[in-house]
Amino acid sequence: MNAPQISVFLENRPGRLAHLLQVLAAAEVNMRALSVADSADFGIVRLIVDDADAAMEAIHAGGMTARTTQVLRVEVPDAPGALERAVVEPLAEAGVNIEYMYAYGGRLSETAVVVMKVDNLEKAQQALA
Amino acid sequence: MECEHQTGLHIFEDHFLPEIIDPDSGEVLPYGQSGELVLTTLTKEALPVLRYRTGDITALHPETCACGRTMVRMEKISGRTDDMLIVRGINIFPSQIETVLLRVEGIQPHYQIIVDRQRTLDDLEIWVEVSDEIFADEIRRLEMLERELRNELHNALGINARVKLVEPRSIQRSEGKAKRVFDRRQVYGETA
Repeated sequence: MNAPQISVFLENRPGRLAHLLQVLAAAEVNMRALSVADSADFGIVRLIVDDADAAMEAIHAGGMTARTTQVLRVEVPDAPGALERAVVEPLAEAGVNIEYMYAYGGRLSETAVVVMKVDNLEKAQQALA
Repeated sequence: MECEHQTGLHIFEDHFLPEIIDPDSGEVLPYGQSGELVLTTLTKEALPVLRYRTGDITALHPETCACGRTMVRMEKISGRTDDMLIVRGINIFPSQIETVLLRVEGIQPHYQIIVDRQRTLDDLEIWVEVSDEIFADEIRRLEMLERELRNELHNALGINARVKLVEPRSIQRSEGKAKRVFDRRQVYGETA
């Protein structure tokens, strides 16, 4: 249920995301999930990758700032209402706050993957077990 | 003050004694040579100023001016001996900014100071590099950091500076003494 997520700090101007992706490609890192969040001057790129250590090394060598965070990674049935029933409602009942979330369709069409950062990892894991 | 011929600022020598010195050796330099302006008041009472080092770089010219005045003329100031900036009428030293950054982050800060003048007001922007240590995974926390830096800088400097969080820049470290100040206004005149 836990997964390491890499967050990268990028300036909000053309070419920065391209630079990050080039660096990862050169290190043969494959991305499983990707989210790009924006603010006025900067953005945070969040990645789930197949080799987190290689990715962090490549990112630092490329002159960028990054850190790893533990996030929740949950598979839910790919059907209406599933996200609310399986994840969001239980977390709300347990008093866990969701800081951010992104989702993508899984390889099998029956499931989707939801990645989220919560304010209390242990409570969240218990609520979803 | 400049006369109508605009060939330098006339210094009122009956009240002020100007000298130009070499800022490193302290040696008094002859007319025409560029160096640090040192001023002595001749008529000020109660608080005389004796050979005060202004920190401004200029040169003195004694020749009689076309306006007829024989008072020595100083060239427009071409720079400073230190790294002081004047922004919106306030003296600012880059070290003040460094002190604030150290206090807020607790680590060696890497920053750049960008001074510009858009229309009539000076504009100060501080670029602060986001290192792994201060990088937070939430936009909200980074924005809070920006706000905190802005407030602390305002308290320390007396003017509002914009704070922009930027990626690490390798250029800054490669030189012996990092160039931190980028003053895009053209405030200083040319030396003769």
